[in-house]
Amino acid sequence: MYLVSTLEHLCKGVKEARPAFAMRITRRVDFSASHLCAIPSLSQEENQAIYGDGANPHGHGHNYVLEVTLEGEPDPVTGMVFDLKELKSILQREILDVMDHRHLNQEVPPFDRIVPTVENVSREIWKRLWPKLNLSNARLHQVRLYETEDLFVDYSGEPA
Amino acid sequence: MTLTHRYRFSASHRLYNPALSEWENREIYGRCSNPYGHGHDYILEVSVEGSPDAASGRIIASGDMDLLVHDGVLRVYKGKNMNLDIDTFVNGRVPTTENVAQDIRERLERGWPAEGEPFGYTARMPSLSGVRLFETAKNIFDI
Repeated sequence: MYLVSTLEHLCKGVKEARPAFAMRITRRVDFSASHLCAIPSLSQEENQAIYGDGANPHGHGHNYVLEVTLEGEPDPVTGMVFDLKELKSILQREILDVMDHRHLNQEVPPFDRIVPTVENVSREIWKRLWPKLNLSNARLHQVRLYETEDLFVDYSGEPA
Repeated sequence: MTLTHRYRFSASHRLYNPALSEWENREIYGRCSNPYGHGHDYILEVSVEGSPDAASGRIIASGDMDLLVHDGVLRVYKGKNMNLDIDTFVNGRVPTTENVAQDIRERLERGWPAEGEPFGYTARMPSLSGVRLFETAKNIFDI
Protein backbone atom coordinates (compact mmCIF):
# COMPACT_ATOMS: atom_id res chain seq x y z
CA MET A 1 0.00 0.00 0.00
CA TYR A 2 2.80 2.34 0.93
CA LEU A 3 4.58 1.49 -2.32
CA VAL A 4 1.45 2.13 -4.38
CA SER A 5 0.79 5.47 -2.76
CA THR A 6 4.44 6.46 -3.13
CA LEU A 7 4.36 5.56 -6.82
CA GLU A 8 1.15 7.51 -7.32
CA HIS A 9 2.70 10.40 -5.52
CA LEU A 10 5.74 10.36 -7.77
CA CYS A 11 3.77 9.82 -10.97
CA LYS A 12 1.39 12.66 -10.34
CA GLY A 13 4.08 14.93 -8.98
CA VAL A 14 1.62 16.50 -6.56
CA LYS A 15 2.03 17.16 -2.86
CA GLU A 16 -1.45 16.02 -1.90
CA ALA A 17 -2.23 12.70 -3.54
CA ARG A 18 -5.99 12.37 -3.35
CA PRO A 19 -6.93 9.17 -1.55
CA ALA A 20 -9.79 7.20 -3.05
CA PHE A 21 -12.52 7.21 -0.43
CA ALA A 22 -15.06 4.44 -0.39
CA MET A 23 -18.25 6.17 0.64
CA ARG A 24 -20.23 9.27 -0.20
CA ILE A 25 -22.85 10.91 1.96
CA THR A 26 -25.19 13.67 0.84
CA ARG A 27 -27.16 16.19 2.82
CA ARG A 28 -29.88 18.26 1.23
CA VAL A 29 -30.94 21.76 2.34
CA ASP A 30 -33.04 24.42 0.69
CA PHE A 31 -33.13 28.17 0.72
CA SER A 32 -35.17 30.85 -0.97
CA ALA A 33 -33.57 33.92 -2.47
CA SER A 34 -34.15 36.53 -5.11
CA HIS A 35 -31.75 37.53 -7.84
CA LEU A 36 -31.45 39.26 -11.15
CA CYS A 37 -29.31 38.04 -14.05
CA ALA A 38 -28.07 40.84 -16.26
CA ILE A 39 -24.76 42.26 -17.45
CA PRO A 40 -24.90 45.98 -16.59
CA SER A 41 -23.07 47.07 -19.76
CA LEU A 42 -25.63 45.36 -22.05
CA SER A 43 -29.06 46.59 -23.09
CA GLN A 44 -32.23 45.11 -21.61
CA GLU A 45 -32.92 43.42 -24.97
CA GLU A 46 -29.49 41.77 -25.02
CA ASN A 47 -29.82 40.61 -21.40
CA GLN A 48 -33.28 39.27 -22.16
CA ALA A 49 -31.78 37.23 -25.01
CA ILE A 50 -29.10 35.73 -22.74
CA TYR A 51 -31.06 35.21 -19.52
CA GLY A 52 -34.72 35.18 -20.61
CA ASP A 53 -37.11 36.11 -17.80
CA GLY A 54 -34.12 36.09 -15.44
CA ALA A 55 -33.19 39.56 -16.70
CA ASN A 56 -36.28 41.29 -15.30
CA PRO A 57 -34.74 44.49 -13.80
CA HIS A 58 -36.64 44.17 -10.51
CA GLY A 59 -35.45 40.61 -9.94
CA HIS A 60 -37.32 37.39 -9.16
CA GLY A 61 -36.82 34.44 -6.81
CA HIS A 62 -36.27 30.70 -6.54
CA ASN A 63 -36.54 27.90 -4.02
CA TYR A 64 -32.98 26.67 -4.37
CA VAL A 65 -32.21 23.09 -3.37
CA LEU A 66 -28.61 22.32 -2.44
CA GLU A 67 -27.18 18.81 -2.21
CA VAL A 68 -23.79 18.64 -0.53
CA THR A 69 -21.88 15.40 -1.00
CA LEU A 70 -18.91 14.40 1.15
CA GLU A 71 -16.63 11.47 0.45
CA GLY A 72 -14.75 9.66 3.16
CA GLU A 73 -14.21 6.61 5.29
CA PRO A 74 -16.53 5.81 8.18
CA ASP A 75 -14.70 6.36 11.45
CA PRO A 76 -14.03 2.94 13.05
CA VAL A 77 -15.39 4.09 16.41
CA THR A 78 -18.38 6.27 15.49
CA GLY A 79 -19.26 4.52 12.22
CA MET A 80 -19.74 7.94 10.66
CA VAL A 81 -18.03 9.58 7.68
CA PHE A 82 -18.92 12.97 9.11
CA ASP A 83 -21.18 14.09 11.93
CA LEU A 84 -24.38 15.12 10.15
CA LYS A 85 -25.31 17.43 13.01
CA GLU A 86 -22.09 19.30 12.45
CA LEU A 87 -22.63 19.32 8.68
CA LYS A 88 -26.08 20.76 9.27
CA SER A 89 -24.67 23.56 11.41
CA ILE A 90 -21.89 24.30 8.88
CA LEU A 91 -24.47 24.56 6.08
CA GLN A 92 -26.64 26.77 8.27
CA ARG A 93 -23.76 29.10 9.13
CA GLU A 94 -21.93 29.23 5.80
CA ILE A 95 -24.83 29.11 3.33
CA LEU A 96 -28.31 29.55 4.80
CA ASP A 97 -27.49 32.41 7.17
CA VAL A 98 -25.82 34.15 4.21
CA MET A 99 -28.24 33.44 1.35
CA ASP A 100 -31.65 32.42 2.68
CA HIS A 101 -34.28 35.12 2.16
CA ARG A 102 -31.73 37.50 0.67
CA HIS A 103 -31.48 39.37 -2.58
CA LEU A 104 -28.26 37.86 -3.92
CA ASN A 105 -27.20 40.84 -6.08
CA GLN A 106 -27.80 43.40 -3.35
CA GLU A 107 -26.93 41.58 -0.16
CA VAL A 108 -24.53 38.71 -0.89
CA PRO A 109 -21.05 39.52 -2.23
CA PRO A 110 -19.55 38.73 -4.72
CA PHE A 111 -22.88 38.97 -6.56
CA ASP A 112 -22.70 42.76 -6.44
CA ARG A 113 -19.93 42.28 -9.04
CA ILE A 114 -20.64 38.97 -10.80
CA VAL A 115 -23.93 37.68 -12.16
CA PRO A 116 -25.65 35.26 -9.73
CA THR A 117 -26.31 32.53 -12.30
CA VAL A 118 -26.78 29.03 -10.92
CA GLU A 119 -23.24 28.34 -12.17
CA ASN A 120 -21.71 31.20 -10.18
CA VAL A 121 -23.82 30.56 -7.05
CA SER A 122 -22.73 26.90 -6.99
CA ARG A 123 -19.08 27.95 -7.31
CA GLU A 124 -19.48 30.44 -4.44
CA ILE A 125 -21.09 27.73 -2.29
CA TRP A 126 -18.15 25.42 -3.03
CA LYS A 127 -15.68 28.19 -2.06
CA ARG A 128 -17.45 28.77 1.23
CA LEU A 129 -17.68 25.06 2.13
CA TRP A 130 -14.33 23.67 0.97
CA PRO A 131 -12.23 25.19 3.82
CA LYS A 132 -14.65 23.71 6.40
CA LEU A 133 -14.97 20.30 4.76
CA ASN A 134 -11.44 19.27 3.84
CA LEU A 135 -10.42 16.82 6.55
CA SER A 136 -8.12 13.82 6.68
CA ASN A 137 -10.88 11.19 6.62
CA ALA A 138 -13.59 13.12 4.75
CA ARG A 139 -13.87 15.98 2.34
CA LEU A 140 -16.29 17.83 0.12
CA HIS A 141 -16.84 15.87 -3.09
CA GLN A 142 -19.55 17.77 -4.95
CA VAL A 143 -22.23 20.41 -4.64
CA ARG A 144 -25.38 20.10 -6.72
CA LEU A 145 -27.50 23.23 -6.83
CA TYR A 146 -31.02 23.20 -8.24
CA GLU A 147 -32.25 26.65 -9.26
CA THR A 148 -35.49 24.97 -10.31
CA GLU A 149 -36.49 21.35 -10.72
CA ASP A 150 -35.49 21.67 -14.37
CA LEU A 151 -32.13 23.44 -14.08
CA PHE A 152 -29.18 22.38 -11.94
CA VAL A 153 -25.38 22.44 -11.70
CA ASP A 154 -22.88 19.88 -10.40
CA TYR A 155 -19.58 21.34 -9.27
CA SER A 156 -16.53 19.64 -7.76
CA GLY A 157 -14.04 22.50 -7.67
CA GLU A 158 -11.46 23.35 -10.29
CA PRO A 159 -9.30 20.50 -11.64
CA ALA A 160 -5.97 20.30 -9.79
CA MET B 1 -18.73 22.15 -13.95
CA THR B 2 -21.78 20.38 -15.32
CA LEU B 3 -25.06 22.14 -16.10
CA THR B 4 -28.21 20.09 -16.63
CA HIS B 5 -31.50 21.13 -18.21
CA ARG B 6 -34.59 18.97 -17.88
CA TYR B 7 -37.22 18.60 -20.62
CA ARG B 8 -40.43 16.61 -20.99
CA PHE B 9 -42.15 14.88 -23.87
CA SER B 10 -44.92 12.33 -24.27
CA ALA B 11 -44.77 9.62 -26.90
CA SER B 12 -46.03 6.10 -27.57
CA HIS B 13 -44.18 2.97 -28.58
CA ARG B 14 -44.56 -0.74 -29.02
CA LEU B 15 -41.75 -3.14 -28.17
CA TYR B 16 -41.95 -5.69 -30.95
CA ASN B 17 -39.22 -7.21 -33.09
CA PRO B 18 -40.65 -8.33 -36.47
CA ALA B 19 -37.76 -10.81 -36.88
CA LEU B 20 -39.09 -12.81 -33.91
CA SER B 21 -42.25 -14.85 -33.54
CA GLU B 22 -45.37 -13.58 -31.75
CA TRP B 23 -44.62 -15.97 -28.90
CA GLU B 24 -40.99 -14.77 -28.60
CA ASN B 25 -42.08 -11.11 -28.60
CA ARG B 26 -44.60 -11.87 -25.87
CA GLU B 27 -41.93 -13.71 -23.85
CA ILE B 28 -39.32 -10.93 -24.17
CA TYR B 29 -41.39 -7.77 -24.01
CA GLY B 30 -44.51 -8.91 -22.15
CA ARG B 31 -47.19 -6.22 -21.89
CA CYS B 32 -44.93 -3.79 -23.77
CA SER B 33 -45.60 -5.71 -27.02
CA ASN B 34 -49.34 -4.94 -26.93
CA PRO B 35 -50.21 -4.51 -30.67
CA TYR B 36 -51.73 -1.06 -30.21
CA GLY B 37 -48.75 0.31 -28.28
CA HIS B 38 -48.68 2.35 -25.10
CA GLY B 39 -47.13 5.64 -24.02
CA HIS B 40 -45.04 7.41 -21.41
CA ASP B 41 -44.39 10.91 -20.15
CA TYR B 42 -40.64 10.92 -20.66
CA ILE B 43 -38.27 13.22 -18.80
CA LEU B 44 -35.04 14.05 -20.62
CA GLU B 45 -32.00 15.52 -18.86
CA VAL B 46 -29.30 16.99 -21.08
CA SER B 47 -25.96 17.85 -19.42
CA VAL B 48 -23.14 20.02 -20.70
CA GLU B 49 -19.63 20.31 -19.29
CA GLY B 50 -17.65 23.53 -19.34
CA SER B 51 -16.64 26.68 -17.49
CA PRO B 52 -19.01 29.60 -17.04
CA ASP B 53 -18.18 32.59 -19.23
CA ALA B 54 -16.55 35.30 -17.10
CA ALA B 55 -18.95 38.03 -18.23
CA SER B 56 -22.28 36.21 -18.39
CA GLY B 57 -21.69 33.59 -15.70
CA ARG B 58 -23.29 31.02 -18.03
CA ILE B 59 -21.85 27.78 -19.45
CA ILE B 60 -24.52 27.89 -22.16
CA ALA B 61 -27.32 30.40 -22.69
CA SER B 62 -30.62 28.74 -21.75
CA GLY B 63 -32.19 29.81 -25.05
CA ASP B 64 -29.40 28.14 -27.03
CA MET B 65 -29.76 24.90 -25.07
CA ASP B 66 -33.54 24.97 -25.55
CA LEU B 67 -33.09 25.53 -29.28
CA LEU B 68 -30.66 22.61 -29.70
CA VAL B 69 -32.82 20.19 -27.70
CA HIS B 70 -36.04 21.33 -29.36
CA ASP B 71 -34.68 21.11 -32.90
CA GLY B 72 -32.69 17.92 -32.29
CA VAL B 73 -35.08 15.92 -30.14
CA LEU B 74 -38.40 17.38 -28.99
CA ARG B 75 -39.51 18.32 -32.52
CA VAL B 76 -38.96 14.68 -33.48
CA TYR B 77 -40.37 12.91 -30.41
CA LYS B 78 -43.06 15.13 -28.86
CA GLY B 79 -46.52 13.59 -29.21
CA LYS B 80 -45.36 10.93 -31.66
CA ASN B 81 -45.80 7.20 -32.16
CA MET B 82 -42.16 6.12 -32.31
CA ASN B 83 -42.74 2.97 -34.36
CA LEU B 84 -44.72 4.82 -37.04
CA ASP B 85 -43.44 8.43 -36.95
CA ILE B 86 -39.69 8.32 -36.21
CA ASP B 87 -37.34 7.25 -39.00
CA THR B 88 -34.97 5.47 -36.59
CA PHE B 89 -37.71 2.99 -35.68
CA VAL B 90 -39.97 2.66 -38.72
CA ASN B 91 -37.76 -0.06 -40.19
CA GLY B 92 -38.33 -2.42 -37.26
CA ARG B 93 -35.62 -1.25 -34.85
CA VAL B 94 -37.22 -1.73 -31.45
CA PRO B 95 -37.81 1.54 -29.54
CA THR B 96 -36.67 0.23 -26.18
CA THR B 97 -35.67 3.12 -23.98
CA GLU B 98 -32.02 2.03 -24.40
CA ASN B 99 -32.38 2.54 -28.16
CA VAL B 100 -34.34 5.78 -27.69
CA ALA B 101 -31.68 7.21 -25.35
CA GLN B 102 -28.99 6.31 -27.89
CA ASP B 103 -30.98 7.88 -30.74
CA ILE B 104 -31.50 11.06 -28.70
CA ARG B 105 -27.80 11.29 -27.92
CA GLU B 106 -26.88 10.78 -31.60
CA ARG B 107 -29.37 13.44 -32.72
CA LEU B 108 -27.94 15.93 -30.21
CA GLU B 109 -24.37 15.13 -31.28
CA ARG B 110 -25.23 15.58 -34.98
CA GLY B 111 -26.63 19.05 -34.32
CA TRP B 112 -24.07 20.10 -31.71
CA PRO B 113 -22.10 23.26 -32.67
CA ALA B 114 -18.29 23.14 -32.61
CA GLU B 115 -16.98 23.02 -29.03
CA GLY B 116 -15.15 26.13 -27.85
CA GLU B 117 -16.68 28.24 -30.62
CA PRO B 118 -19.34 30.92 -30.11
CA PHE B 119 -22.95 29.91 -30.83
CA GLY B 120 -25.97 32.17 -30.46
CA TYR B 121 -25.64 33.93 -27.09
CA THR B 122 -23.12 31.38 -25.81
CA ALA B 123 -19.52 32.61 -25.76
CA ARG B 124 -17.87 29.15 -26.03
CA MET B 125 -19.88 26.04 -26.75
CA PRO B 126 -19.45 23.46 -23.97
CA SER B 127 -19.28 19.72 -24.63
CA LEU B 128 -22.34 17.49 -24.46
CA SER B 129 -21.53 15.42 -21.38
CA GLY B 130 -24.59 13.29 -20.73
CA VAL B 131 -28.13 12.28 -21.59
CA ARG B 132 -30.43 10.80 -18.95
CA LEU B 133 -33.85 9.54 -19.98
CA PHE B 134 -36.61 8.69 -17.50
CA GLU B 135 -39.16 6.40 -19.16
CA THR B 136 -41.09 6.48 -15.89
CA ALA B 137 -40.00 7.64 -12.45
CA LYS B 138 -38.71 4.10 -11.90
CA ASN B 139 -36.92 3.34 -15.20
CA ILE B 140 -33.90 5.55 -15.83
CA PHE B 141 -31.30 5.33 -18.62
CA ASP B 142 -27.95 7.15 -18.86
CA ILE B 143 -25.85 7.42 -21.98
